[in-house]
Amino acid sequence: MKTPASFFKTFFLTELIVGLYVTMRQFVARPNITVQYPEEKTPQSPRYRGLHAQRRYANGQERCIACKLCEAVCPALAITIESDVAADGTRRTTRYDIDLFKCIFCGFCEEACPVDAIVETRIHEYHMENPGENIMTKDKLLAIGDRYEAMIAADKAADAKYR
Amino acid sequence: MSGVPDFVNTLLPFLPEWIRAVVFYGVVALILFISVILTMAFLTLAERRVIGSIQARIGPNRVGPGGLLQPFADVLKLMLKEIVVPTASNKFLFIIAPLLAVIPALAAWAVVPLWPGFAVADINAGLLYLLALSSAGVYGVILAGWATNSKYAFLGAMRAAAQMVAYEIAMGFALVGVVMAAGSLNLGEIIERQSGGYFSYFFWWMIPLFVVYFISGVAETNRAPFDVVEGESEIVAGFHVEYSGMAFAVFFVAEYVNMILISALTAIFFFGGWLSPFEGYPLPGFITAPGFHWLFLKLAFFLFCYLWFRATFPRYRYDQIMRLGWKVFIPVTLVWLAVLGVFFAYDIGPWSK
Repeated sequence: MKTPASFFKTFFLTELIVGLYVTMRQFVARPNITVQYPEEKTPQSPRYRGLHAQRRYANGQERCIACKLCEAVCPALAITIESDVAADGTRRTTRYDIDLFKCIFCGFCEEACPVDAIVETRIHEYHMENPGENIMTKDKLLAIGDRYEAMIAADKAADAKYR
Repeated sequence: MSGVPDFVNTLLPFLPEWIRAVVFYGVVALILFISVILTMAFLTLAERRVIGSIQARIGPNRVGPGGLLQPFADVLKLMLKEIVVPTASNKFLFIIAPLLAVIPALAAWAVVPLWPGFAVADINAGLLYLLALSSAGVYGVILAGWATNSKYAFLGAMRAAAQMVAYEIAMGFALVGVVMAAGSLNLGEIIERQSGGYFSYFFWWMIPLFVVYFISGVAETNRAPFDVVEGESEIVAGFHVEYSGMAFAVFFVAEYVNMILISALTAIFFFGGWLSPFEGYPLPGFITAPGFHWLFLKLAFFLFCYLWFRATFPRYRYDQIMRLGWKVFIPVTLVWLAVLGVFFAYDIGPWSK
């Protein structure tokens, strides 16, 4: 047997009116949260872990010293390094490949690097068209590092006090 | 009223009189047809924008300024798509079913009074004509479901038939109250009986009938929350599961034209149609004068309610729809008709004028 109160509720559809109020409040008073993607973008953290890059010192010397800490820490085994003694007697990589298909963008390589050579940039809009383009060779990594050095340096500076 | 205006007679003096009438009413009907279809096209856009905003989205805004050309892009896409006719279907009925759905929806507009003294066909039994046509519209849905020869489409058709029977009765009874108050089946006279400002509208004497009529109207047009006929979570798309391209679009034209029609009729029966609610107030002329703009405003409000309901309510379960129709709406309308009879006997309300 229905109580008079529950009969009132079902007959006059009070719950439905509450529902209508909720949707009307959203329609009238609340903003839409859609971001018009190519024109607008959501803010990114300086810690964003996107495409990798290799950096150089200001004098043009590459930072990487082929210590292979990144290769050792990489949980996905995405990094392959071969090293040799360069003409000036320093230890340098002859090969530094990152397979983007294996990479899980965890950022461990960046954390392991003692000289801040390998970094993950905020670049996240890139694509591959042919097989093999997923391998980021040393040349490609250095080219990205040269091109985005200003952004990388600014991001590192912004994050430095938390490290 | 039904005479041909003089300018037609002076423009086409060489034609016999009956051809002049055919030409005049043909042109008027064509203009009305195009206006209704355009309103329907922009209603689809309005629906997507309004529901988008209610769900904190934007909705289509890429085609044309603010997305205004989106309906035309949709039509172009649907026209270029192939109409697939299932092998096991009844091909004649399969093709003719969308037409049977859309023709009554459009034909009903003939008797709708758009502004004072104007309806394409100002017939005396206008309300009866509307009831007949809105019942005929369901044949398109049922035939589509049957001709498709698919169990899902057939289930949709059966649901459409049951729902239509349940809600048509409540709808008809709700209109009995309007007819009692107006003393006429002519829509123009029904509106004129409500003149005298917003407090003279039938709405105030028939709030339960208004609620029953509008909710039944939502159910009749198979809109959410009464869209078990389509019921995409249970029976894919119901009666139009096998339709594609323009055949599919025509069902949607019928659905949206019916929505506009039900909104217009609700405004006419309960809110005084083209009458101004501020009649007799010392306000600028266009506010106090009756006209198409008032009908359009009232109609737009009810259309917004349709979209609002769709964005708010989950679909009724099938047995709940039947319970609401048979065990709630029909008793409520009958009780209120008895109350109206008492009003009638003691000259209270619209009868006292």
